[in-house]
Formats: sequence, structure tokens, C-alpha cells
Amino acid sequence: MSDIQQSIIIRTIVRIMIPFILLFSLYVIMHGASGPGGGFQGGVIFGAGIILYAMIYGIEEAKKKISDKANRILASGGLVLYAGTGLLAILFGGMFLEYGVIPLMPTTAYTAKILIDVVEIGIGMTVLAVMISLFFDISPPETEEDMHIHEEVE
Amino acid sequence: MTFDIITNNLPALTVIIPLIAGFLTPIIGWINRKLCWYHVMLTMFIVFLITASNLLTVINTGTIHYQFGGWAPPFGIEYVIDLLNGFVCIIIAFIGLMVSIYSKESIKKELPGKTIPYYSIYLLLVTGLMGMTITGDIFNFYVFLEISSLTAYALIAIGDRKDGIVASFNYLIMGTVAASFILLGIGYLYAVTGTLNMADMQNILPTIYDNKVVLAALAFFMAGFSIKVGLFPLHTWLPDAYTHAPSTSSALIAGLMTKVGAYAMIRFMFGVFTPAFVIDMTRMTEILTWAAALAIIVGSVLAIAQSDMKRMLAYSSVSQIGYILLGVGLANVIGMQGGLLHILNHAVMKSALFLVAGAIFYRTGIRNIHQFKGLGKRMPVTTTVFLIAGLSMIGVPGTVGFTSKWYLVLGSMEAGMWIFVLIILASSLLNLAYFWRVFDNIWFGHPHEVEKIKRDEAPLSMLIPMVILAGLCIFFGIFAYYPLHYILEPLSNMLLGIGVLP
Repeated sequence: MSDIQQSIIIRTIVRIMIPFILLFSLYVIMHGASGPGGGFQGGVIFGAGIILYAMIYGIEEAKKKISDKANRILASGGLVLYAGTGLLAILFGGMFLEYGVIPLMPTTAYTAKILIDVVEIGIGMTVLAVMISLFFDISPPETEEDMHIHEEVE
Repeated sequence: MTFDIITNNLPALTVIIPLIAGFLTPIIGWINRKLCWYHVMLTMFIVFLITASNLLTVINTGTIHYQFGGWAPPFGIEYVIDLLNGFVCIIIAFIGLMVSIYSKESIKKELPGKTIPYYSIYLLLVTGLMGMTITGDIFNFYVFLEISSLTAYALIAIGDRKDGIVASFNYLIMGTVAASFILLGIGYLYAVTGTLNMADMQNILPTIYDNKVVLAALAFFMAGFSIKVGLFPLHTWLPDAYTHAPSTSSALIAGLMTKVGAYAMIRFMFGVFTPAFVIDMTRMTEILTWAAALAIIVGSVLAIAQSDMKRMLAYSSVSQIGYILLGVGLANVIGMQGGLLHILNHAVMKSALFLVAGAIFYRTGIRNIHQFKGLGKRMPVTTTVFLIAGLSMIGVPGTVGFTSKWYLVLGSMEAGMWIFVLIILASSLLNLAYFWRVFDNIWFGHPHEVEKIKRDEAPLSMLIPMVILAGLCIFFGIFAYYPLHYILEPLSNMLLGIGVLP
């Protein structure tokens, strides 16, 4: 483990790959309404990007990028966003999640697409936050030796 | 205008309000931890009002149908509220409300630092149970079944005790096996009917009742739900899970989980399959009555052998589930009414008893029945609640337990099964045996220094829900006419296919 973490090749490649992984995950999330993909898949890819970072650079470093508190807020906020969209439909006089009734866009189909995207973003937020916090929670605490290695490399 | 919007969407709001509130809990707890309790209590109160309104609408105007997202069934997910699930929903909301009021002090002491996750999971469990009850789509049912099971495992394991984690893990294994059976059954039915809507399925199934896949699906459902309700001999997860969970979790889970499992069993037998199929063709109800009769006796006998209060109550649950299923299995109107009434009665009694066990543990740290001596003087109100709920479990006239047992006995006579009359009477004596030990210790046990015992009652927020539940034990014992006449009699007729709803 520590050997891999020390390897300069892996550290560089991971650093280059992560922005593309995250970008691809956003693409998958936003593509949810009109093509294959969606919030869950995109969220998992986003989470995997952060987890890759945590595996190579250490949990502590990863927690600086996305803290436990941020995770908690993302996880709750995403679901509130989802359910809130459904409630919005109720406020406009429709059934729960009946997107068409909200007068956002000229055609109902277009409104539905936009709102499904909002729902997908909500799902994506929750999935990525839960993925990351699961990884943080079950990974063993870092030993002093590991911390030492980090310092050496940097 | 605004009022219309809300009233039209009440069926969906029953599930959505606890769901959203559950996810808001971490954010509210992040602002101020103390607000969580008020938030949960307010949510449960709103849910209770909604379920009450739903039930009144059903009684006055008939079954409510709600289409999710405006998609018509059988393609879209439909929520259907009839008398059966309207009745179960209001029980869930009421017990949820009572336990949430009670939880304030108990959580502070038993789960310090875990308030926020506890309340989040609490609301999600209520969401899962509500969803299971209210949905008219069997796959949607499965999703909510998983939500309620996962949250129940978490609620049992949340305490610091290692036993709780082991018990929760056992429950997880058994619960997953049960859920897999149910999922297989749903898959089989979907394969032969091509629909997931319960009402639609009930129309299609009678044409293919000779199909072996349908028989296998029924067997899978019955096996799965038997584990979920803890029917003897599949009850092994239940005593440990109830015993080692934190007090409030045991009250909620013991009061509700198995009742909703029993509801699901009834719904699948009479709402997905038809009464003719389960009663005459496969004789599933007859098998169920014998299994239930065995559970009644064995559960009571095992309860006598326990010295831990919560474990005794857990085994008593095994026997009480037997009453519910016995009534349903008798498959006549009177027996069915007794069984369904016992869903209400057992939820009220068992929650009250577990809350008392929690209150005694909160004040004294005692769980062993033999150490209860002198408690009657120390915690008079709590122990009186225990007395009332205990008498009700035994079935003393004037309490709810009497009414449902009376109907069960009448139902057994009508079915010509005199042996069940004997079993119910024998089990009442056994109930008396194990409750008397506790009464004896509480009221008549003499510790050495009786004079020195000071009154040390549980806090008010714990007493209020216990007293309300004990009051209901007596109220429904005397005024059993209301639930029976307005809900259970038309409901039993409807389930057995004798009459139609107004």
C-alpha cells in the first residue's frame, strides 16, 4: 500500500485523471433525462474519483477536499432537492412528481426534462456523498508511519 | 384553492412528509441538536393528522386512489387507501407519535451523542412502514419493505451494547432471507401476469390459478412474511432483537414492525390472491391457523421461562402475533374482526409495556424481574401503566385484550374448531402466569427497608405517552364498538369477499 502511495508515476497519473473522471460524472448526471446514465451512475463515478484520490493521497488529504460535514449536507440536501421537486408539482396543483404542471418552459415535455435533470442532480449529490462517507467510515485510521510517508513524499 | 391542493395529495404526503423530515433532521440537528426532538414530534403529529383525515375520508366516501406523477395504473405507481391500510396507517402514526414524545429523555441517557442519526433513522422507519402499508404496487411495496428493514436493523444496532450489534446482525440475515423470498414471489407473479399493480394482478390471477408458478409464489410470500412477523418456529431473530435494542427502538419496532408484516400477509392473501384461492383451493388459511395456535402456546411457555423483562415481553409478542394470524386464518367474519382488532390492541399494549420497561431501566437500571421488589412504591404511575397493559394482555374484561380474545373465541366456535377455544383459554392462563410474577414483585415484593423507598418517578415527557397508551387500553376495551362497527366489520366482509364497501 505504502509503496503504491509513494510511486511518483501513480501519483501523477491520478492527479491528471481525476478532473476528467469528475467531468465525465457530471456529463453522466446531466445526460440522465435524455440518454443512458443518470444520477446514480454519475454519483458513483464522482464518488469513485474522490475515493481514488483518497487511496493514493490518504484519507486526511481527501477529507480536506470534501469534509464529513460537507458529505452530510450533500447527502441530506440531495434528497431534499429530489423530494422538493416532487412537492413543487403538488404546489402547482398536480400529483407528486407530475412535472408537466409546472409552467417553467413552453412545452410540458421540456419542463419534465429540466425537472428530471434537477432530480438527477439531487440523486447524484446523495449517492456521491454516501459513497465517500462509507469509504471514509470503513477505512482503518491511518497509522503514524503512513503519515510519515506522506511527509517524505511531499 | 391551497386547501384543495393539500387535501388531494394527502395519500402521497403520508409517506413524503416523514421522508423529507428524515432528511432534514441532520440539517436541523446541525443548527441545534435540541431542535431535533421538536422537529420529529411535530412531523409525527402532522402525519398522525393526515392519516386520521385519510381514514375518515375512507369511512365516509370509500377507497382513495392516488396516481403518482399522473401516470394511470396499471403502468404507474398507485397508492390505494382502503379501510385495511387506513386503519394500519393510523396505528403506525399514533404509536410513532407516542414513542417520539417519550424518546427525549431516553435518548439523552441511552444514546448520548447519537441523537441526530437516531431521529433520522426513526423518521425513515416510519416512512418505510407507511409506504409498505399504503402502496398499491407490489414492487413499490418491496422497496418500502427494504427501507423499513434496513432502518430497523440500524435502530437495533445503534446502542453501545455489543449484544445489540449481534442481535441486529442475526435479524439482518433472517430479514434478508425473508425479503429474498418475497422478492422471488413478486418476480414469479410478475412473470406470469405481466403487471405489478395489486388490483390488476387480482383480476388476472384467477384465470391461471392452476399454474404452478402461482402456487410457488404464494408459498414464497407466506414463508417470507412468516419470518417477518416472527411466526413460530421462524421467530428466532425476534427475542434478541427486541431485548438488546435501546428502549425506544424496542417500543417502536415491537409495536409496529410485526403488525405491518401481519398487514402485508393479509393484504397479499386477500388483496393480491383471492379469498377463494387461499381459503378453499390451497387451504393456506388452515395451515396458518395451526401454525398460529402453536405460536400462541409456545410463545407463552417460553415467556414464562424468562427473567429479563424485555425478553419476556419479546416472547409474549411471538404468542400475540399468533392471535392476529389465528383470527385471520379462521376465515370467518367474527374471527377476522378479532384478528384485525388485535393488530390495534397489541400495538397499543406492547408499546406501552416496552415503554414501561424502558422507563424502569431509565430510573433504576434494572431489567431483571426478580429485582423489581418495591418498585410499586418507587414509581407508582409507571407501574400502574404496566398493570393496566398487563391485565389487558391477559384479557381481563374491560380492557382491549378481552375484546379481541372474545371475538377470536366466537370465531373459533363458528368455525367449529373447539380446540382453538381451548388454546386461547390456556394461553390466557399462561399469560397470567408470566405477568403475575412481575405484578407480584412490583406490588407485593417486600424489600428489607420499605419505609426508606422514596418516590422517584420517570420524567413527565416519558409518563405522558405511557399514560395515554394505558388510557387507550381501557378506552378501546369499553368502547370497542367504534373500531368494530365503523372499520372492522365492513373490512372483514370486504376481505372475505362477502359484502362490498359502501
